[in-house]
Amino acid sequence: MRLEARDRLSRPMLVAAPFAALAFTFAVAALFVAWAGAPVGRTVALIFDGGFGSRFAWSETLTRATPLVLTGLAAAISFRAHLYNIGAEGQLYAGALAAVAVGGLHGGTGFELPAVVLFPAMLGCAMAAGAALMALPALAKTRFGVDEVVTTLLLNFIVLLFVSMMLDGPMKDPAAMGWPQSVTLAGDLELDKLVPRTRVHTGLLYALALAVIAWVALRATTFGFEVRAVGANARAARFAGVPVERTLVLVALASGAVAGLAGAIEVAGRTGYVTLDMSPGYGYTGIVIAMLAGLNPLGVVAAAVFVAGVLVGADSMSRAVAVPTYIADVIVAVALLAMLVANQATRYRLRWR
Amino acid sequence: MSPNVDPRAPVLRLAGITKRFGALVANDAISLELSAGEILALLGENGAGKSTLVSILFGHYVADEGSIEAFGAPLVPGDPAAALAAGIGMVHQHSTLADNLSVLDNVMLGTEPLWRPLSSRRAGRARLVDTAKRFGLGVDPDARVATLSVGERQRVEILKALYREARVLILDEPTAVLTPQESEALFSTLRGLTAQGLAVIFISHKLDEVLRVSDRIAVLRAGRLVDSRLAAGATKAGLAEAMVGRAVPPPVPRPHTVGDVVLHVDRVHVGAERAGARLDAVSFSLRAGEIFAIAGVSGNGQAALVELLCGLRAADAGRVTLAGRIMPADPREWLRAGVARIPEDRREVGAIGDLPLWENAIAERYRRPYASLGVVRRAAARTFARKLVERYDVRGGGIDTPARLLSGGNLQKLILGRALSGGAPRPGEFVPLAVVASQPTWGLDIGAVGYVHQQLLDASARGAAVLLVSEDLDEILALADRIAVIHAGRLTAARPTKAWTLATLGLAMAGEALPDAA
Repeated sequence: MRLEARDRLSRPMLVAAPFAALAFTFAVAALFVAWAGAPVGRTVALIFDGGFGSRFAWSETLTRATPLVLTGLAAAISFRAHLYNIGAEGQLYAGALAAVAVGGLHGGTGFELPAVVLFPAMLGCAMAAGAALMALPALAKTRFGVDEVVTTLLLNFIVLLFVSMMLDGPMKDPAAMGWPQSVTLAGDLELDKLVPRTRVHTGLLYALALAVIAWVALRATTFGFEVRAVGANARAARFAGVPVERTLVLVALASGAVAGLAGAIEVAGRTGYVTLDMSPGYGYTGIVIAMLAGLNPLGVVAAAVFVAGVLVGADSMSRAVAVPTYIADVIVAVALLAMLVANQATRYRLRWR
Repeated sequence: MSPNVDPRAPVLRLAGITKRFGALVANDAISLELSAGEILALLGENGAGKSTLVSILFGHYVADEGSIEAFGAPLVPGDPAAALAAGIGMVHQHSTLADNLSVLDNVMLGTEPLWRPLSSRRAGRARLVDTAKRFGLGVDPDARVATLSVGERQRVEILKALYREARVLILDEPTAVLTPQESEALFSTLRGLTAQGLAVIFISHKLDEVLRVSDRIAVLRAGRLVDSRLAAGATKAGLAEAMVGRAVPPPVPRPHTVGDVVLHVDRVHVGAERAGARLDAVSFSLRAGEIFAIAGVSGNGQAALVELLCGLRAADAGRVTLAGRIMPADPREWLRAGVARIPEDRREVGAIGDLPLWENAIAERYRRPYASLGVVRRAAARTFARKLVERYDVRGGGIDTPARLLSGGNLQKLILGRALSGGAPRPGEFVPLAVVASQPTWGLDIGAVGYVHQQLLDASARGAAVLLVSEDLDEILALADRIAVIHAGRLTAARPTKAWTLATLGLAMAGEALPDAA
């Protein structure tokens, strides 16, 4: 049994592949639901209803999708260069912490600067914090060939412990009754609500704008060409005169910055302060989203909305039938695997002999 | 084993072998017979189906149709162990020996059951010495393979097959890595084997040696057996025509004048972080309008030299000057200075396979002139790519086709066009200062080889200084004005092509000192 490359990619197959993957995903999910003894059709309907079935469902889904779009972009752009940033989770927390440090300390007044100055400074510092976390792995990779998967992954734990230290120490909110929670952001730094009486905030617009920017940059700029060339074949890129190391470092910094921005947007748009459970693994889910999207920045938006909808829908479903919310993790994980197989199936065919 | 089989009975009979890979028919109803004591050459271009056929024979692939008989008994398809047991031995093009083991270990490897606690080395050694003596293949059983020359390794590979009592030996492009003298030694070994009743299948695309060594020649083209004739009476031109399917015109020589020194390499050293990448006090000059060739067996420092002259690595000592300027290790500087570079590995270094043809066409000039303010000038780039594809006759897809889908010949035309056009919006108005071509025709079919040769000749006629690094002596003798030979990182003095013979080239390639000649 072996794989054989197809000569030409067929367009109908490319369109059908994601749908086939989704169908397979829900077939697997249905198996688990049936195993749990719940009515399959009703459970799936409840997930969809909870994720996409009403104005409220949509608002919750989009709120959840906002950080996922950003962490998905962080993964997608670095993976395009074959640089595997697994540290978006840590970079998100670093960004969130930096945002509060700029906009929440000094008695919640944020150094008494006007919001027009403080707001961009807050976002800038969050991005810088995320980027700074990528500087070491990027340099270690380009200088000494250290595998970035290991360094970025392990940095996550260091950052989380650092955040924990800050939340119990210098940045602890004295009004939090002893909970490890940071001081809150100055009120005028918070993002506006996009739709009144929901939690959707203007951070979604930042995420969408960034997705479009990333898409255009990858497609039309020389830097985008460098990233794609280095990712597709670094040896050939170097031969053609692409500065491979510089490209890798720049894309690493950009990726870290986007993940850091996700942290700032979460703080400014949703929570208002940093806690140790503000991200239920957004950084890691971003990797899944990037892969689901085929590393296409616009696809990241669609994949993030899908994943957010499933997560939100599973939450609401579990309140109605006796199926744990972990079904959402099953769906997302199976969707990723099915999509990877479907993508390969469009490029290769299986021969049994 | 016993030689009292009917000597005229075929030892191997292939009947109607067909193998398809998707839409591609790699082998189309091929029927062949091989007799004891005969050398059969399997001749054909890259992709003609030679390798597929022997892979089926050796059990790596299973044929879709057809059958194989070895010594009168049907051969179990798809089972290399069965092929070995039937007495079929294979010598691969690239050594499959373990470098860190001795010759004896390598030969015995795989002949003993794994679960037996002790290996019977004494018996193995006796049998190896005996086999070596019987076939006249002198080799030290205790030598570590890493210390052996390429020719010696090949002898070990043959011994390994004979040790397993092979009666049919398949050699896949065995001379590709040998000097002319080593090839000659191999041929006499093969004749010794056939004198003792073995049969040999010899795969090659080199017409000269096929005519010299074989008894019978089978020509494959596009998966079909198009011709099978006795070597006696066959001609080179006839074989070439059978191989390609049409008459092959030789490249047109051109008038050219040799000008000033363009590139000067002065006592360059490169240390060896890996074997075969060392350069030791290499010096030469390259003049405008000439073709200067560096011959040598692969792995003698060519890779390091070419990397140096493509701007991919720096010299540890010595210097490289181009048009009077000391050159840094930066591909962009070399491109800006007008050097057209053709790398040896066209799939892994020359092109970015997953990117479309048009982006590959501008890959060396993506900042200038095909971008402004950091934005790629897409329309201009695509227009340029279209012209390039047309002028250099790149077939196999439009400019949006991923480069990896191009055939080797078309991919090489794209790389050649990209290098020689220098990114000039109208391909043809740019004349490279120098051309650095490494193995530019390796693995190409005859038509594409002729095209590449003509382009190199034309470039030198237009005043470019052409450096040709190649292992193909026919190519070098046909194109070069001057030749130097590289061995173990050292370069001989350059001499005019007329001052070399195949014999002196072979000696130099083996590292022997040359008698002084004018």
